[in-house]
Amino acid sequence: MHIVVCIKQVPDSAQIRVHPVTNTIMRQGVPTIINPYDLFALEEALRLRDKVGGEVTVLTMGPPMAEDALRKALGIGANRGVLLTDRFFAGSDTLATSFALAQAVRKIGETWGAPEVVFTGKQTIDGDTAQVGPGIARRLGLNQLTYVAAINAIDLEAGTIAVARRAEGGVQELSTKLPALITMLEGTNEIRRGTVPDVLRAARAKIEVWNAAAAGITEVGMCGLRGSPTVVKRVFAPTPRAAKAEQVEAKDRPYEAVAEDVMERIFAAQPAMEAELMRTAAGY
Amino acid sequence: MAQERFDAIVVGAGPAGNAAALTLAKGGLKVLQIERGEYPGAKNVQGAILYADALEKLIPDFRDDAPLERHVIEQRIWMMDDTSHTGMHYRSDDFNEERPNRYTILRSQFDRWFSSKVREAGAILLCETTVTELLKDSRDRVIGVLTDRHGGPILADVVVLSEGVNGLVGQRSGLRDELKPKTVALAVKETHFLPQEVLENRFNLTGDAGVVIEAMGTITQGMTGTAFLYTNRESLSVGIGCMVADLAAAGVTPYSLLDRFKRHPSIAPLIAGSEVKEYAAHLIPEGGYNAMPEIFGDGWVVAGDAAHLVNSVHREGSNLAMTSGRIAAETIVWLKRRREPCTKEYLAEYHRRLEASFVLKDMKKYRKIPDVLHNNPQLLSLYPRLLSNAAQAFFRVDGQDKKTKETQILKSLRKQRGIGGLIGDAMKMARAWR
Ligand SMILES: Cc1cc2nc3c(=O)[nH]c(=O)nc-3n(C[C@H](O)[C@H](O)[C@H](O)COP(=O)(O)OP(=O)(O)OC[C@H]3O[C@@H](n4cnc5c(N)ncnc54)[C@H](O)[C@@H]3O)c2cc1C
Repeated sequence: MHIVVCIKQVPDSAQIRVHPVTNTIMRQGVPTIINPYDLFALEEALRLRDKVGGEVTVLTMGPPMAEDALRKALGIGANRGVLLTDRFFAGSDTLATSFALAQAVRKIGETWGAPEVVFTGKQTIDGDTAQVGPGIARRLGLNQLTYVAAINAIDLEAGTIAVARRAEGGVQELSTKLPALITMLEGTNEIRRGTVPDVLRAARAKIEVWNAAAAGITEVGMCGLRGSPTVVKRVFAPTPRAAKAEQVEAKDRPYEAVAEDVMERIFAAQPAMEAELMRTAAGY
Repeated sequence: MAQERFDAIVVGAGPAGNAAALTLAKGGLKVLQIERGEYPGAKNVQGAILYADALEKLIPDFRDDAPLERHVIEQRIWMMDDTSHTGMHYRSDDFNEERPNRYTILRSQFDRWFSSKVREAGAILLCETTVTELLKDSRDRVIGVLTDRHGGPILADVVVLSEGVNGLVGQRSGLRDELKPKTVALAVKETHFLPQEVLENRFNLTGDAGVVIEAMGTITQGMTGTAFLYTNRESLSVGIGCMVADLAAAGVTPYSLLDRFKRHPSIAPLIAGSEVKEYAAHLIPEGGYNAMPEIFGDGWVVAGDAAHLVNSVHREGSNLAMTSGRIAAETIVWLKRRREPCTKEYLAEYHRRLEASFVLKDMKKYRKIPDVLHNNPQLLSLYPRLLSNAAQAFFRVDGQDKKTKETQILKSLRKQRGIGGLIGDAMKMARAWR
């Protein structure tokens, strides 16, 4: 079985400093880490491989120094690392990123065998969009399972996978046909520590470094800034609201009374809402 | 799985370990370096002075791409009492030379850069891996290391212990004793960010030039220790350190000392308006030559802070670390070329070479200083006060004639310490210095 895990190297947000004078983020000297959400994807991929056999390829798109993230993933136990790096990719939004990564996954498939499962983390800590995984799935025509909390079963013969997916209001048990893309939820497993042979192999491993051409990407207009319709107009810190939150005492009171209290306060602040609700209620 | 074997394993990626691993790799040996931090320098959030000479001997063109903050053109040595300082400043345009002699650096960046050179030279580096113990054979010879990772021990012909001041691996493996509070100082340090322009105005600097202040006196409340302030590009490294035994006896926390130092009227205006971003505490081996452990044995050598190689009088550590790491590695490469084994008998050559270098010469020169300072607390408390009083009496114009002033100064000296005490202190210092 072949599994591809997409990871991203991100600045360690815990160690980012804001320049006291210019208020800009000081990137110099800020260490980078593997996007923490991606580690759950990597661990789940390794567990799957350990169970049914096969290989795990880690893929990242980024600057040349993103090689460190791949090497770290190899030290945790992945079999191979592919770095997609090219100035054409600079400034990619989620659309352009998923395009480039999808092409690279395709190329990985041609080179080492088509993956049955592609993993990504739930989202990144520096973008928070959660769009790249689904974007890759769509472009490659993979079934997608997002926010997966556990993989319950995989049947390579039948070509099916069954997972538990965290959804609003509960857990869904889903199964789908392979190949599939899974975005893994945080807190679902614990990343392992590579063994001595793992880290020695990682330190010496040759990372596959692909530019756009090597990844078989010819439409560079779909990549980087040119392929990115998203425009960041402004970045700002939200101003805290002036009004203080109100508190309603709930301890040792019947919940109807508490609810009534809450509604009363809301309606006091939003009389129009009350009127609207009354009208709606009258319609039933 | 077939056991892999290295020519040498280097424990730690500080200045000593990097110097050793670089020299070993350049000498054509198969080298494995193991660092417990996430990356080299991760455990080293400190500003420091880099002495160019020791690094030049390893990487002659380091100035091309090393992350250097400022080259030092001015040294201030301050004797402080509670409200004043009496200083000796030396500033020279000669230090604006093509190949400056001293630089301020930020260790986390510097160590990472240094390590990149080590890997370029061919050494393999494992990070986030802690060496837990040395592996020994039945004849007590070191043949490799055990780590906190599964997958077995790693074998090598020789292990370079450059694990820093704590020396836990050496200790756990029975090569050395535990550190004694009398032989280590605890230093705390902060990085204060200041806009570059403000900093340069405040310290009268242009370009990449920098200032270093070393201070001693009542700021350490009678304990043996010193304080410092270094200018980086757009930050200041401010710190203070005292012997651990003194801190324990006085029940004083190093942080409260640092706080007092920062509020001193001579220091406060220099750091005003800055933003503190990093706080670190670290031990410094300051016991001198007499506190050194064994530094070689069957299959092992020790370099840097782990070997207690710090010249506390001149505030030198990293250069002794680099030089001892380099010399240890040169010895190993030399033995390999001659096909000699890395036994205690042959590794004694490391000690001989170290003795011929400035490292052990300087260590021996100041071997008595730690004891003299420890046994004579007046040297760092009474004298700064006397000096300060004398300077003030001398410079204050108040209608008193100069002859009377001089007599009063001398009288107060005699009264506070007595002629015998004065002469005794002078002799003790002179003897310790010789
Ligand atoms: C506040 C302060 C200011 C100083 N200022 C100066 C200065 O201005 N100039 C100067 O020359 N010196 C200065 N020194 C001294 C200098 O920092 C040291 O002498 C120097 O760092 C020693 O280098 P080293 O390689 O021996 O040890 P370290 O720099 O301590 O490196 C040891 C390395 O080994 C790693 N390690 C430890 N144990 C293990 C293990 N079991 N397994 C794997 N890895 C391990 C550590 O993580 C660390 O990276 C200062 C020290 C302090 C505390």
